[in-house]
Amino acid sequence: MPIYFDHAATTPMVAPAVEAYQDAMLQIGNASSLHTFGRDARRRVEEARETIASVAHCEANEIIFTASGTESNNLAIKGLYWNAVSADPSRKVILISAIEHHAVMDPAEWLVEHEGAELILLPVLPTGEIDLVFLSNLVASRGSEIALIAVMHSNNEVGTIQPIDEVVEVAGDIPVHTDGVQSFTKVPFNFSKLGVTTATISAHKIGGPYGVAALLVKHGLDITPILHGGGQERDIRSGTLNTPGIVAFAAAAKYADTYRQQNAEKVNQVKSALKEEILLKIPDARFNGTGMDQLPGILSVTFPGTESDGLLLLLDGEEMATSTGSACSAGVQQASHVLIAMGLSARDARSSLRFSLSPSNTLADVKRLGEVIEGVVAKSRASMGYK
Amino acid sequence: MKVIAAMSGGVDSAVAAARAVDLGYEVIGVHLALSSNPQKYRSGARGCCTIEDSHDARRAADIIGIPFYIWDMAEEFHDGVVEDFMTEYAAGRTPNPCLRCNEKIKFQAVLDRARALDFDAVVTGHYANMRETEFGRTMHRAVDPAKDQSYVLAVLNKQQLDGAIFPLGDSLKTGVRKEAKARGLYVANKPDSHDICFIPSGNNAGWLRDRLGSEVGPIVDEDGKKLGEHQGAYTYTIGQRRGLNLTVPASDGAPRYVLKIEPKTNTVVVGEHESLAVTGIEGDRAIWCGPVPSVGESLRGFAQVRAHGSPLACTYTTPDGSLISVDLDEPLYGLAAGQGLVIYDGDRVVGSATVSATR
Repeated sequence: MPIYFDHAATTPMVAPAVEAYQDAMLQIGNASSLHTFGRDARRRVEEARETIASVAHCEANEIIFTASGTESNNLAIKGLYWNAVSADPSRKVILISAIEHHAVMDPAEWLVEHEGAELILLPVLPTGEIDLVFLSNLVASRGSEIALIAVMHSNNEVGTIQPIDEVVEVAGDIPVHTDGVQSFTKVPFNFSKLGVTTATISAHKIGGPYGVAALLVKHGLDITPILHGGGQERDIRSGTLNTPGIVAFAAAAKYADTYRQQNAEKVNQVKSALKEEILLKIPDARFNGTGMDQLPGILSVTFPGTESDGLLLLLDGEEMATSTGSACSAGVQQASHVLIAMGLSARDARSSLRFSLSPSNTLADVKRLGEVIEGVVAKSRASMGYK
Repeated sequence: MKVIAAMSGGVDSAVAAARAVDLGYEVIGVHLALSSNPQKYRSGARGCCTIEDSHDARRAADIIGIPFYIWDMAEEFHDGVVEDFMTEYAAGRTPNPCLRCNEKIKFQAVLDRARALDFDAVVTGHYANMRETEFGRTMHRAVDPAKDQSYVLAVLNKQQLDGAIFPLGDSLKTGVRKEAKARGLYVANKPDSHDICFIPSGNNAGWLRDRLGSEVGPIVDEDGKKLGEHQGAYTYTIGQRRGLNLTVPASDGAPRYVLKIEPKTNTVVVGEHESLAVTGIEGDRAIWCGPVPSVGESLRGFAQVRAHGSPLACTYTTPDGSLISVDLDEPLYGLAAGQGLVIYDGDRVVGSATVSATR
């Protein structure tokens, strides 16, 4: 049986979500239509919105459904920037952590290239935690110029959970966006307590379907849209509501939230065993970002002297799926900007592999990995001429 | 046997990979990312890493039903091929980057990596044949004379060739396209690549000028009389006739050709066609595709100096195994230092050298 260690990329849909999805797909009606069919679809969307709100600890009307985490992050970064600049043209600084996902990093860079924004990357410590001192100093010295701050709730490559409440406190009146895609339903995620302005969550990372996500937007804030049209989501986001997707998203959120504690315990147990097994077989392996609060399911490992795409190829040949971080649009693997920001050399960053687990992973999976990892690492080292 | 199929995204490498599967090998497709700027989109481009090419290679692998990965060889390609190309031109020689790529990238960097990762060989869509002969496993010309690529593979030594599989050597290109279509590979009608892959514009002179700078220098005749000016000596090749823009016409009205490039003085020497005649060639950096010929012995064979040039009957000898000296039966017109000199025995590739001097 193939073993899937890449649940942070995407994870299979859970049964209640599949059921809700299938059921909703067979129902007729555009949620914006005024007739009975339309009202019925709208009712299902609004029930789903309330379910997700109860899991994310926000108000239902703070949820803007979108088609992807990337869209949500684009809407937040661009929308908050445009809001800030239109209120005060001197607020052109975008402050984001150096370890953000490309879906946050790239819209910020786009604003630099096309709209004259100034981008400042917030450094991180070797644990992967953002440098709060740097943040405080920057807010103290240039606070009046900062349009927005974005710090992900937890990192997708190393799993470090960020002190978002402290970021919000330091930020004061400056809007704060957090990408919560990896955290939502995996660790406590409370939108109202966090106090952030906007947050991104996504369905396919939690057992829901592809193509549906949400931006949580603090009540009363009219964020500048990036998609214009029918204005279905409070005029902030246009596009026909994806009723089956939204309904299944809610089912997945509810399911994951119900079992969060026991899932986390199980995943943590398997992760501990995985760490032990790796260290037993490869004693000089190093784990990245483990000094801090971490997501249960993510383990980033540096295997010195290897090349991660070689490791991935060999493990894939053993029917084990892992991840090397991000690739460019042509598919070329890039040295992880996250690991480099944490102080790893480019060489070590390119020798690193991410294992990401779900409750479906077992100790038997770990054992299977233990049987092949020595040979895989040895071959990759040989290909690099490593002694 | 486990093999890596290098897949460029073109029709030849796709069919080669498919045939390797038919031959019973365990095949993994690999697309080589050779450009450090892979984001650039070039419609119909081939060879270098582009989004379209890597996509085409991936889809071909899907259809063939083999795993597929992308290997980043941009650094190796830049150091081993692009840098060499510039250095050679700057030194007044005329390099062939495809030869260098086969020698340093496809059958060195890739083959070494493949072997370390437990693969036995690299499969490519090159048109050449490997055969068992009295000399062991040797390389021969492809069946399709228009597509024969044995010339650009002659830089591979025996150990490299032992890790090389060329499944297309006995096929005609038209047949390969038909086969691609029959196999459902939609790259079947993708155009062939002709340009140097890292100079997509096809403007080699402009590309070199951008990187090496442009310094005006004299164009002189064989007596040293100045006839005009050029924009950088390295943008000319021996035998070139067009684009000289001479201000002083030849006394007999006959066209003039580039005879010599002198990088130190930034001078281009031109003269009549007859002055291009070459009857003897000296080559260094000899590489033997099969057994090394007996040192000092004069042997009969054919010399080829361009990818699609004619084989020229000759007598050749190697004084020490690392140099090759050639005497041509008939003169050849226009040959530049830096070009690849390939020796054939009938259709068998004996070996190659880099042209260092002509007589």
